[in-house]
Amino acid sequence: MRYAIYGLVVVLIILHQDNWLWDDKRLIMGFMPITLLYQAGISIGAAIVWYLATIFAWPHHLEEIVKESPEQETGETE
Amino acid sequence: MTQLVIIGIYLALLLGLGLFSSRLFKGTSKDYMLASHSIGPFLLLMSIFGTTMTAFALVGSSGEAYKEGVGVYGLLASSSGIIHSLCFFLLGIKLWSWGYKYGYTTQIQFFRDRLESDRIGIILFPVLVGLVIPYLLIGVMSSGVVISSITEGAFESSFAAYDYGVPPWLGSLVISLVVLTYVFFGGMRGTAWANTFQTIVFMILGVVTFFVISSKLGGLQAASHAVLEKNPSKLMRDVDPLDRERYAKRYKTWTLIAKYNYSRRIAKTLTLTPEQKTEAYKEFKPRMPNWQMTAEALYASKNKLYKLTSEETNKALLIQDDRVMPDPFPEKWTMGLMSHHDLREYPRKANAEKEQAMLVFGDKIGHPEQDLDPDDPSKGKNWTIKKALGVYRASNWAPDAPHPMSKLVFLTYFFVPLSVGMFPHLFQHWLTARSAGTFKLPVVAHPLFIMIVWVPCVLVGVWATSAMLDGAPMFPPHFPANAVLASMVKKMTSPVLAGFLTAGILAAIMSSLDSQFLCIGTMFTEDIVVHYCGKDRFTDKQVVFMARLFIILVVAITYGFSLLEPRRVFTLGVWCFSGFSSLFPIIFAAVYWKRLTKAGVYAGVIVAIGSWLYLFKEAKYALNPSYTFLGMMPVATMVVASAVAMILVSLVTKPPSQETLVRFFPED
Repeated sequence: MRYAIYGLVVVLIILHQDNWLWDDKRLIMGFMPITLLYQAGISIGAAIVWYLATIFAWPHHLEEIVKESPEQETGETE
Repeated sequence: MTQLVIIGIYLALLLGLGLFSSRLFKGTSKDYMLASHSIGPFLLLMSIFGTTMTAFALVGSSGEAYKEGVGVYGLLASSSGIIHSLCFFLLGIKLWSWGYKYGYTTQIQFFRDRLESDRIGIILFPVLVGLVIPYLLIGVMSSGVVISSITEGAFESSFAAYDYGVPPWLGSLVISLVVLTYVFFGGMRGTAWANTFQTIVFMILGVVTFFVISSKLGGLQAASHAVLEKNPSKLMRDVDPLDRERYAKRYKTWTLIAKYNYSRRIAKTLTLTPEQKTEAYKEFKPRMPNWQMTAEALYASKNKLYKLTSEETNKALLIQDDRVMPDPFPEKWTMGLMSHHDLREYPRKANAEKEQAMLVFGDKIGHPEQDLDPDDPSKGKNWTIKKALGVYRASNWAPDAPHPMSKLVFLTYFFVPLSVGMFPHLFQHWLTARSAGTFKLPVVAHPLFIMIVWVPCVLVGVWATSAMLDGAPMFPPHFPANAVLASMVKKMTSPVLAGFLTAGILAAIMSSLDSQFLCIGTMFTEDIVVHYCGKDRFTDKQVVFMARLFIILVVAITYGFSLLEPRRVFTLGVWCFSGFSSLFPIIFAAVYWKRLTKAGVYAGVIVAIGSWLYLFKEAKYALNPSYTFLGMMPVATMVVASAVAMILVSLVTKPPSQETLVRFFPED
């Protein structure tokens, strides 16, 4: 699953290079430049991919290692 | 004055927060530097986001969008949404777990352990501090510019040389001192709290600014349609034929002005009679400031009143654009005519516009709240020095040539956000996390937060290109990009709102400065003092004291640099980030590549910094904002060169000991 997430990151990077919109000055909804809207969509796509990463590719083993560590402190801030 | 009072109250609140958090200070250096690994998901998200979004995000993004158009979002914002979270995910969590397990506070401690090399600290310490200082400089400089722009006319008679507002050097000084104070007392806990508070402030006020400005421009649609009509290229990354046509026309008119001025001022072969001038002015439109000169130039050209040789014409262009005259004058320019591109190859004279603007418009400059002519209020208010400079640049310098964004540059900008992997202050923030799970929220929400801040800033910057105020363009050509946001806020909102919005901009700036100040103090005490003098030699109190002392020293040095000639915030930021990015292969390999050796890292660091210095010099020390190397962003070359050097040298040198490998890669 981890590799599928990395694959999605690569797809995002490819989609980010939107050569087809280079000379497109259309305004969507009358105010939003299409280039900006598309790139904002990439930001939303990134958040979705990283959400999937926290579900399917999270390194839970690192949390386990630390729980065993004697150096852990118990300060609370929030 | 209202703005000043609001900014003052905000800064006092911030100081109060820092002092309050210091009451929770446990007195240990670990608490001062890492808040005792107690930060939860929300505080971690807000402090990491506040740290990465600096003056660069608000002032730089709107200024750069004003110059380059909407493509700026794709260059840095959406790419950062992908790459920053990738760095948190791939590097942050692992480094946090090792930091937690082995008690690291700084990057250098990790590298020393991982590479079994004590000396790596000696090479990395000056490099990291050297790269953090320009980053600090961006914040310190921008805070001064913002405060100065927003407080124009606030004083009755003081600071006339700064348009009766707070001078940039004083604004920068106050902001540095406020941040210094709450970092001094609050340490990492104070920084995390202040960052969270400030991030909330600048996000909310950013959105408010966006809607206030858009409504003043007639609404979202009217604001964008004005751009579509007047500057369509700003809505895309190519050049619109309409903009190309307009530029060609403006450049032609400008060359006529250059030749006319040369004929009358240098060659002294032409003087228009009063009758000729009246004739020239008769039907000239539009009547922007200093329009008479354009009218005279067109009249003189139309009636063939002067004749210049190629050499004289080229000299006229150089003089009109305030370029340094080459000496000896190149042979080729005695025959053919210079293009605009050729002209730009010659640097502009330093401070030329200041002297000239004072000479030409000196009698119009005064307190901006007072009438230009007390007997005739219809003539408007006095000009500020900034306005005089603006009018001088707009009416004398060649118009900016529209240019497309290079696809290769757009692609290679992806290397810039890699810098996050090597930011020492972010490393320190990662280590404050309570657990690995704490990273989940920052990893997911970071791209969305970037979008919330950057989309409005980019739109406001683009709208600024075509915004009108009282029937005239709000920003004349060559307006300084760094001042666009502050200037719009001042011109388009009420003094109360302008005060709050400025506090929001300053919040974004300070939320980065604090982490960087603290990180530098931490690196000095942990990596130099404690490391070389021994852990038992100093008490914890003494360690905290030394960290604070070093922070003061660095703030003083940075402040000193900020008094020198400012560069474009965006350009300086990109160079600073590029330096950190060039070190990314090293941190990535340290986390994931067992075969990495200390010699490989030495090679990587030396090549990274060597290539950075060379390319920075080639780009005229950030004075050339459009510098590329092999058609790409220089950072791409730096990252590849440092990675190749690191890999090759690692492969031919002795690998790390089995003990170290087991320590860092137990699962293998």
